[in-house]
Amino acid sequence: MRLTTAGTPSAFRKAVVGIVSREPLPVGARANRILVTEAVPHRAPELSGYGGFLTTARVEDQIVSLPTISSVRNIDHLRTHDIVAMEPRNGFIRTLYRPDSHHNIIFATERCNSNCLMCSQPPQDRDDTDALTERNLNLIRLIDKPPSRLVITGGEPTLLGERLFAIIASLRDKFPETYLHMLTNGRVFAWPGYTAQLAAIKHPNLVLGIPLYSDDSTTHDYVVQAKGAFDQTILGLHQAARYGLRIEVRVVLHAITIPRLPQLAEYIYRNLTFVEHVALMGLENIGYAPRNMSELWIDPHDYQDQLESAVETLSTRMMNVSIYNHQLCVLRESLWKFARKSISDWKNIYLDECQTCGVREQCGGFFQWATKLHSEYIHPVPAATSQPALPCTRIP
Amino acid sequence: MRTFHPVESYSSSQAGYRLLPFRFLRLDDGAEVFVNEVGEFVLAPKGTARTLIQKQLPRSSDLYATFKAKQFIADDSSSPLLDLLATKYRTKYSFMEGSTKLHIFVVTLRCDHSCHYCQVSRQTADKISYDMSLETAAQSVELMMKSPARHLTLEFQGGESLLAFDVIRYIVPLAKKKAEALHKELEIVVCTNLSNITDDILLYLRDENIMVSTSLDGPAFLHNANRPRPGNNSYELTIKNIDRARKTLGVGRVAALMTTTQLSLQHPKEIIDEYVRQGFHSIFLRPISPYGFAVKSKEKTGYQFDAFLDFYRTGLAHIIEINRKGYDLSEAYSKILLTKILTPYGTGHVNLQSPDGAGLSVLVYNFDGDVYATDESRMLAEMGDHTFRLGNVRTHTHRDIFTGEPFLNLLSSACNQSLAGCSDCAFQTYCGSDSVFNHTTQGDLYGHRPTSDFCRRNMEIIKHLFTLISARDPEIMRIFLAWIQNSGLREISKRAPS
Repeated sequence: MRLTTAGTPSAFRKAVVGIVSREPLPVGARANRILVTEAVPHRAPELSGYGGFLTTARVEDQIVSLPTISSVRNIDHLRTHDIVAMEPRNGFIRTLYRPDSHHNIIFATERCNSNCLMCSQPPQDRDDTDALTERNLNLIRLIDKPPSRLVITGGEPTLLGERLFAIIASLRDKFPETYLHMLTNGRVFAWPGYTAQLAAIKHPNLVLGIPLYSDDSTTHDYVVQAKGAFDQTILGLHQAARYGLRIEVRVVLHAITIPRLPQLAEYIYRNLTFVEHVALMGLENIGYAPRNMSELWIDPHDYQDQLESAVETLSTRMMNVSIYNHQLCVLRESLWKFARKSISDWKNIYLDECQTCGVREQCGGFFQWATKLHSEYIHPVPAATSQPALPCTRIP
Repeated sequence: MRTFHPVESYSSSQAGYRLLPFRFLRLDDGAEVFVNEVGEFVLAPKGTARTLIQKQLPRSSDLYATFKAKQFIADDSSSPLLDLLATKYRTKYSFMEGSTKLHIFVVTLRCDHSCHYCQVSRQTADKISYDMSLETAAQSVELMMKSPARHLTLEFQGGESLLAFDVIRYIVPLAKKKAEALHKELEIVVCTNLSNITDDILLYLRDENIMVSTSLDGPAFLHNANRPRPGNNSYELTIKNIDRARKTLGVGRVAALMTTTQLSLQHPKEIIDEYVRQGFHSIFLRPISPYGFAVKSKEKTGYQFDAFLDFYRTGLAHIIEINRKGYDLSEAYSKILLTKILTPYGTGHVNLQSPDGAGLSVLVYNFDGDVYATDESRMLAEMGDHTFRLGNVRTHTHRDIFTGEPFLNLLSSACNQSLAGCSDCAFQTYCGSDSVFNHTTQGDLYGHRPTSDFCRRNMEIIKHLFTLISARDPEIMRIFLAWIQNSGLREISKRAPS
């Protein structure tokens, strides 16, 4: 599924965030709307009052004073009510929000204080925090119906400093019912002052998703490529819990994290008993991962023992545990009930082998980039051998 | 573009490591068990202790990472995370919060039974001498409410407590009123042999939300031998009345406790099967009591000690088998120890905690107003030894009791952390100290570990539990986890991979 496109920008210097309309609107209803069409209007009044204008057509001369991107390569994916950002510098049109999707994100920043070997969204060092914060606050203003779920991600959102609080406070005010998941490395929460401020916002449905890759500090620090990160994350988890913040622990499974996964599960129970959910996640072959694949790759088929042991430890100690990004045909059947369809709709695919599979409907499938690399043991599963009660519910 | 650094960049820059506090022991099979201050353990092959302490453990080994993660050692790769250790320590000792929670009221010494193991009951119709007076009752409630604990348990004992039902009926509303005024939660339990139970009493217990704890020593031949009464029908009465009590109060509101006697030691399975037959889901294989007959003969004690361990091991194996077959039954003593071994939580059991629960976790208010440190202490008093009389409700305030000499003496030996033989014991975190037991069996509060039955018993039981844990039988682990989480095997298995 396409989320970006581009064309030729004109008549604006500052990024524009607006709501797509594929049909012309009455003059009174054009504020913050971005008209998307394949044609170019004949007369200027037809465009007056819109926040922006996107067209596949070539616009030779400056017929409008409206923020415009012309010669847009593709507009088929843009639907009325989608919220998009128009970039003046490079003519990029990014879809920020789709009202009918379960996987909308608030992209906080591309900066990060870690540099994980398998990062799916490699960090950038330029400072985008002001620009993105403004864009995100605009986005929140424009969202109409309360989304059931939103994810704040990055980069590392806490690098926004106090600007992050403005974003969370505006979500609290406008959509208090929305389940708000924030993916953060949790290191900043080692500072009690910062954690106290976040907790003071009192967002009623905020859950922090914090990664922990090993019970061994050296291994964790190596995976996130930051010395001292383990200590900060552990202290951060404890600070966050102390201030009553809800926490999920996330573990990405690969050749470096697998050997001590059973010990990590025990560590989580002993030291982080307060976390409300543990997500054990398959590796994404994107971002940095392909570059470090020789170190990271282990066929999921070959780590079922460690995975089952970790799930046994956590589940029998009344902790909630889920398996993300795994295919049922590779997952040991005893673990099927922990598998969730976790992959965002826009990057979720199935392979040719899956056509004849009896449990395809229950299976979370693949990331689109798995076509290049996936388990050697992918195979159709006959429906008859499948368990009667397949859970595979979507994640909240 | 950012660059990546090899794993060596993230391990300690200096050779060697530091030891954090821990203790260790070699088990019978040669394996070594290491336990730290917060109850985390590592089971490792023979020789590990030597290597570890001589700082020869290779940094690249799995054991190194395990010892580091469990906070037995620290190196420069990571701070020792002492805040984390402190939090875990606090969690382990949270049972101490609020101090004394259990308050036992001995409302009468009168009883219709004449059990061999009981030192206190009186078969007399003389109400005046052996019932708690209403004045003493009121003063006892007053004293109990001075306890800082937010959650209090009031337990009525005897004698046969229900023979003084009028005293109970006087105390219950009084205690409830005071607790409410002080915003304390109050749970009330009545310990009774049930032989005098009437429908009126049952309805009263139901309406006042009072739990019943009764005595069941095993099948008829055993129960009746242990617990003689006129007519020799204690078992029949107990079973009939457990049924009646359950019908009125609800199944979960009636508990049973058994006392181990020499006769019981020969019948662990029969006792356990009786508990299953009667629909109980918990049984407490209690150590044989040193009060009374056991203290009188040294040789007998030794014999009983080994016999008790056999009894416990056979019983535990039988209980595990019963759980495997689908009936949920937990063993209370193991459950206490397993909670300490397998969870980050602490648990305060009066006779198996450090600091010792005597006074700190429990107080006993005798019928005559005397306040004792434990139930065993007042049994000693009945045998003429008043060492653990902490005061009297008429003459002593809460402050007097907790600053008085008898309590301070108790406190001086209350922490196994500072007792010779315990201070360097691997199982210190899991075990406790029992000054009253030491005094009774060895003549002083401090005790002598090499000859202490308390020490031997707990060492053997904890070792046995480690043997079962290290066997890595997933079903036994699930059964243990079910016990310590107040669940059942089926319930746990439903959550687990299957």
